[in-house]
Amino acid sequence: MALSSNDFTFLANFVKNTTAIVLTPDKDYLVESRLNPVARRVGATSITELVSKLRANPTINSEVGSMVAEAMTTNETYFFRDVKPFDVLKSELLPKVIERKGADRTLNIWSAACSSGQEAYSIAMVIKEHFPMLSNWRVRIVCTDISRAMVERTKEGIFSQIEINRGLPAPLLVKYFTKAGSEWKIKADLTSMVETSVMNLAGNWPMLPRMDIVFLRNVLIYFDLQTKRSILEKVNKVLVPGGALLLGGSETTMNVSNDFDRITTGSTFYYKSKGGPMPPAAPTQVTRTPYVAPRGSGY
Amino acid sequence: MALAMVIDDSSATRMILARILGELGYTVEKAENGADALHKLSKMSRPELILIDWNMPVMNGYEFLVKARSMPEYDDVTMMMVTTETEIEQVLKALEAGANEYVMKPFTKDIIDEKLSLLGLGAR
Ligand SMILES: C[S@@+](CC[C@H](N)C(=O)[O-])C[C@H]1O[C@@H](n2cnc3c(N)ncnc32)[C@H](O)[C@@H]1O
Repeated sequence: MALSSNDFTFLANFVKNTTAIVLTPDKDYLVESRLNPVARRVGATSITELVSKLRANPTINSEVGSMVAEAMTTNETYFFRDVKPFDVLKSELLPKVIERKGADRTLNIWSAACSSGQEAYSIAMVIKEHFPMLSNWRVRIVCTDISRAMVERTKEGIFSQIEINRGLPAPLLVKYFTKAGSEWKIKADLTSMVETSVMNLAGNWPMLPRMDIVFLRNVLIYFDLQTKRSILEKVNKVLVPGGALLLGGSETTMNVSNDFDRITTGSTFYYKSKGGPMPPAAPTQVTRTPYVAPRGSGY
Repeated sequence: MALAMVIDDSSATRMILARILGELGYTVEKAENGADALHKLSKMSRPELILIDWNMPVMNGYEFLVKARSMPEYDDVTMMMVTTETEIEQVLKALEAGANEYVMKPFTKDIIDEKLSLLGLGAR
């Protein structure tokens, strides 16, 4: 049965208030196709009945509320998505952090809106493959998402055949994964680099470590301008001065925030937090060999 | 236009892969097995990319890969296995024999495109 405009408005408001995701009326087909399975799972015979249940307790902490909110998130992701951000990470961002923080040897990277974890594990594989000198650093890849189910998946690091087919270079598959039945589990030395928690980017933020690099990709697109503004403002505060922000292919800080410089490098770019003056560079260790970016784009 | 070859004993798979590569900007030559591919390769200009099924009659994809990699003129050709073989040992074996990438069936256009992007050969 089609969704009444009254119910659509109620749902759109609920989703906006709980997740900041904006549902325009042309998305009614999407809402219906995503909510039909939720209706069945909670024993409602129609979306109308599902909406009445939600009206009775319209919070994200209720069972129905959390299921509706989660159903409206788009979790599409894959390993090394768009490739270039991971090239920049390898050739420019990590070498810079290593140069700057050689003294305290901590590296914090945030995969904000991590979905099922492919982004975080792509980062972890870049580190393992190309930066052996980080093995005695404290490396934290902080992964957050509004969806509890996605956060759980990130923590587990188990992927289907379809997922490991997507964007993951075969040499890394054989090196970092083990096969269990029809699923693929990422090895423990990678899962141990990853910390996970549920977090709503549009809500109150928990205490986060100061981040050297933030991946905030393919999530701002779902929000309105005001939400984007307030999130980027907070991201800038979480970043170390001069820290790097990577957005999705169709996202930009332009007309949203003035806190970042767009840095072009090779055929791509990233955003750098203006955040005041750069801290002084760590003293160079005499014995350290300078980082030389490996040739080719292979991981 | 860049040239590619698809080697698969299933005509349906050959057609689907040829269509996908066509949409990604390739002109595609098709072959039914490794021997057929070697024969056709000897008569055409060198392709940039070859997609190779594993299990085929006459000459299977692995045998083709070993043979093609022993011929220096195909050194620069990107070779990607597209197969129902899904064990790590098989992936490793193909990589050691010189495959550049490996896709497990079933595949989609996105899967092929994402893998080719890794090799710098995405949609052109
Ligand atoms: C399309 S995925 C992007 C995943 C990954 N960053 C990438 O680029 O491949 C979007 C993710 O954003 C999450 N999300 C949506 N609204 C959110 C919010 N308000 N706070 C945190 N995460 C949110 C969704 O649950 C989903 O996993």
